[in-house]
Amino acid sequence: MATYLLKRLIIAAITLVLASMVVFAVMEILPGDPARLMLGFNASADQVEQLRNQMGLNAPLVLRYLHWAGGLLSLDFGRSYTYSVPVIDLVGERVVVSLPLALIALALSTVIAIPVGVFSAGRQGRAGDTVAMGAAQLGVAVPNFWFALMLIYLFAVWLRLVPAGGFPGWGAGIWPAVKSLLLPAVALALPQAAILARVARSALIEVLNEDYIRTARAKGLPYRAVLWRHALRNAMIPVLTILGLQFAFLLAGTIIIENVFYLPGLGRLVFQAITQRDLIVVESVVMLLVAAVIAVNLLVDFSYAVVDPRLRGRQ
Amino acid sequence: MTVRVDLPEETLAGVLAKAFGNRSFLIGFAITLLVAAIALLSFVWTPYDVTKLVIADKTQAPSWTHWFGTDHFGRDILSMIMVGARNSIAVALVAVGIGMGIGVPLGAFAAARGGLADEALMRINDLVFAFPALLSAIMITAIFGPGAVNAIIAIGIFNIPVFARVARAGALAIWPREFILAARAAGKGMTQISVEHILPNIATLLLVQGTIQFALGILAEAGLSYVGLGAQPPMPSWGRMLFDAQTRMVTAPWMAIFPGMAIIVTVLGLNLLGDGIADILDPKSRRRR
Repeated sequence: MATYLLKRLIIAAITLVLASMVVFAVMEILPGDPARLMLGFNASADQVEQLRNQMGLNAPLVLRYLHWAGGLLSLDFGRSYTYSVPVIDLVGERVVVSLPLALIALALSTVIAIPVGVFSAGRQGRAGDTVAMGAAQLGVAVPNFWFALMLIYLFAVWLRLVPAGGFPGWGAGIWPAVKSLLLPAVALALPQAAILARVARSALIEVLNEDYIRTARAKGLPYRAVLWRHALRNAMIPVLTILGLQFAFLLAGTIIIENVFYLPGLGRLVFQAITQRDLIVVESVVMLLVAAVIAVNLLVDFSYAVVDPRLRGRQ
Repeated sequence: MTVRVDLPEETLAGVLAKAFGNRSFLIGFAITLLVAAIALLSFVWTPYDVTKLVIADKTQAPSWTHWFGTDHFGRDILSMIMVGARNSIAVALVAVGIGMGIGVPLGAFAAARGGLADEALMRINDLVFAFPALLSAIMITAIFGPGAVNAIIAIGIFNIPVFARVARAGALAIWPREFILAARAAGKGMTQISVEHILPNIATLLLVQGTIQFALGILAEAGLSYVGLGAQPPMPSWGRMLFDAQTRMVTAPWMAIFPGMAIIVTVLGLNLLGDGIADILDPKSRRRR
């Protein structure tokens, strides 16, 4: 198993390095001079040149990349051009909104999807299965931001149960903060849950056709126990794979959902930074999200080994 | 090991009969056809002119004169949805074309060559998958400017690894078969075998993936337009209509409800169509019955 994990780890590291090169290269070819941006359009060419030197913008490309990448490793992302504060501070303020949002959504979608998938697989072809999978088919087709608008209309405007948007901050207490993340999390989670439920169902049905399931039934285990204990565990690999992929979707989804609910998260930060051409913020946030996706997929690879003992024995 | 006997080649009549017996396919096909017809119809006729602003009629609730109501400029929502269908279909279709056109040859090549070329391609695939697609699409359109063309490119780029992966996996399953061996014995080269024998055999897989990516493309385009990076006004687009509706949820909820329904119905139709095609043509599901 050590070889398997090591190989995964090396691949993840290579992907991360390549990704950082791509992000750096994209930011390099962008028009717009950060020094000019910081000083404003009234600054003289000399002043701009001086600041460029000061910021290290005139250094050779490779040196600048190494400097930037080295900074990333020590969590020094540089200073925001527009806010003139360290990027890490800006990111830190926003992560505490986006990360809980993505995690609540991920938890919600798993908690909804797995039971629905098990329910459907256990009643394959019967009415309950048809209804559940019909609902899932519909859920896959719903754009999460539209669903968010409908939730706002129903729960915030009509029933007045939750705020329509904004975020009080964690300082206001845990419940008010969580409450303002609830609708966005539901909006993010339901379409993802629909996908996950479909995957869980088909993975389970595949497993239920295996011989050892028949054996388990033959030795007298009740159907429910076979389904939850034997089948679900073996169906976890595809489910985990999709969960890992969904984390990337959820992160990207938060970008749009945060805009619907006026949440001060990473997504809003990226949008503001893009419009203000605050490239260093854009590149840092993108790098952070990419690193998160790679880390989660690595975690998924590791969890394969945990759920599937066969992988542990190999090599 | 079980002995598998391949079923005889399906006749066209047999496939058609199966298609008419498949509920997913029928519903999906009907919806997709309807949406395409509405988009085409919008070129010659819409109930109202979507370029004309009638301020006197602004934000009217649905009625017999305006079935889906009017927006904040007094434009007819139904007419805008009809014209918006063009934009959604065009963006998603071209994006699928980009993904297939580049991804399939790459995947087929990787499967045929194997070794280092294959490994390199899969690593690049991993790399692209590490970028959340929507985030990258937002970056691309933000960098090169908003608009339908850049939205197509942004969505299309992320279709490439998807098709490369599907084509590679499909091709890898075909290469060890006897008829490929026969083709090689007959002196056919890697490229010729890929085009003449591999491609027809993975066409179904690609078609199914194509409908899925088409549906995802429509959702992605709506998302980009919603944040203002897709089609630009005055060109109506479903995502943009939702953006305009957002601040008017309290006074004019129909501005949000109907364009959203249009997206859902279209995506639902395409997904059902894809499921149906997979059911009809997939030998695995054939055996299951």
